[in-house]
Amino acid sequence: MDNRNIIMNHYTSSPYKKDFNPDLNYQKIETKSDSCIDHLNIYVKFENNILKDAYFNGEACAIATSSCSILLKNCLNKTVSEIVEYIKNFDNMVNGKDFNLEELKEAIVFKEIVRQGHRKTCAYLPYQGLKKLIDKR
Amino acid sequence: MNIEDFPMLREDLIYLDNGATTFKPQCVIDKITEYYTKYSANAHRGDYDISYKVDQEYENSREIVRKFINARFKEEIIFTSGATESLNMIANGFFGKFIEPDDEILITQTEHASNVLPWFRLVNEKQAKINYIPLDDNHYVTLENVKKAVTPKTKVISLASITNVIGDERPIKEICEFAHQNNIFVVMDGAQSVPHRKTDVIDLDVDFLAFSGHKMCGPTGIGVLYGKKELLEEMEPQNYGGGMNESFDNPNEIYLKELPTRLEAGTPNIAGAIGLGQAIKYLDSIGMKKIEAYEKKLRRYAIEKLINIPYLDIINIESDSGIISFNVDGVFSQDVAYYLNKYKVCVRAGNHCAKILNQETGVLNSLRISLYFYNTESDIDSLVELLSNKEKIVEEML
Repeated sequence: MDNRNIIMNHYTSSPYKKDFNPDLNYQKIETKSDSCIDHLNIYVKFENNILKDAYFNGEACAIATSSCSILLKNCLNKTVSEIVEYIKNFDNMVNGKDFNLEELKEAIVFKEIVRQGHRKTCAYLPYQGLKKLIDKR
Repeated sequence: MNIEDFPMLREDLIYLDNGATTFKPQCVIDKITEYYTKYSANAHRGDYDISYKVDQEYENSREIVRKFINARFKEEIIFTSGATESLNMIANGFFGKFIEPDDEILITQTEHASNVLPWFRLVNEKQAKINYIPLDDNHYVTLENVKKAVTPKTKVISLASITNVIGDERPIKEICEFAHQNNIFVVMDGAQSVPHRKTDVIDLDVDFLAFSGHKMCGPTGIGVLYGKKELLEEMEPQNYGGGMNESFDNPNEIYLKELPTRLEAGTPNIAGAIGLGQAIKYLDSIGMKKIEAYEKKLRRYAIEKLINIPYLDIINIESDSGIISFNVDGVFSQDVAYYLNKYKVCVRAGNHCAKILNQETGVLNSLRISLYFYNTESDIDSLVELLSNKEKIVEEML
């Protein structure tokens, strides 16, 4: 599948985009862009420091939405420290530093797109949210 | 019209975000440069020629603004950083002194954040109340609905004269007449109207008016607070410091200067004020009536074309300002804006700082084009052509 299709699939039919479920009692992080209208809510459940389940909702563009979907997909069943490493790796990619290609899996689709400055903020928004949540822990 | 006056219009782009800010004509840029290169001194230091020149230019701008909105006195014109600061000064500096618990402030759900949050803060501090004027089916304010929303507790009605998403023009004059009969003050947020319409504060009889320079060909960081002189006399300065005091010896003996200086503490935005004066001279040279007529005609032209695109949901077909808000069915507004940006068309996606508007319209976000007199039918044609192919929008939005 080419990059465009990966992004569009995650944008239009992400298995992680769900309506809020109050019964689940997950930790929530709300992440909003300063420069545009992207607004995502991410809900996570950690067990023994491992991300066991996660979903998101909100109003955001194709890039922010698909990036959030891929982020959650890639982080499920990872430990907190593995997630921190993963986020750092993504951060390196979007900022043009050395990064581990294999670890990023589908998130690699954003490698070129983030060269459009304003799109970088969109792709990074869910990472910023999850990072904030982990920092709080 | 007047495209040749704007250096930015020589760039390869179509700018349709004039509700956010406007381009500057060369004469405004030159005027600012003149201040920084020929008489770059501080104001109120008339001991030497170039500072005297600053005072003359700065006060001349105040006089230009006075004439432009037909205020009675120069003292009624206070330079601020923009409409936001003006509205905060009105809410805190004036109404902060008079609002009591249970008093009511009347606004609408289509106001810009700058005409909502200062009031929210005030009611929180004073245990007062915010009420909303119900809007009609087009999300318009009618005098009848104002009358219905007013109670004996209503102290102030604060409204944009033209809203920044719906673009409707409110019957401010009629509202003032009714409000004053009932001892209610009226605040007008003129950020989206003063640049586009002739504004006459005497005819409208508004108590306060706020607007920004950068939305009317002036520099950023300069705006105006107009208030009736007797009301401004009562306003508590939000900033204390240099320039605004007569003398002070101890905390109990602070003597302040007269209006307008009393409300302009610190070194003012001299270049901004002088630039705004030049911008107003420029707008006057074209004529506000001509600007209004041109924009209305261009809007009609745009609506006639946009309405033919079946998947376009236009939120404000009826309004007659230069603001058109719409969505492309099934495509997030920001993605459409990114697509248009690829073709150098600048439009705004979002809630446009009117975050409680969605309670009224049910639409969370939208695309907004906002026209000015330097936009052309050709700009509209390019936009319409780009929006006329939905497959292309979806294909190229990433």
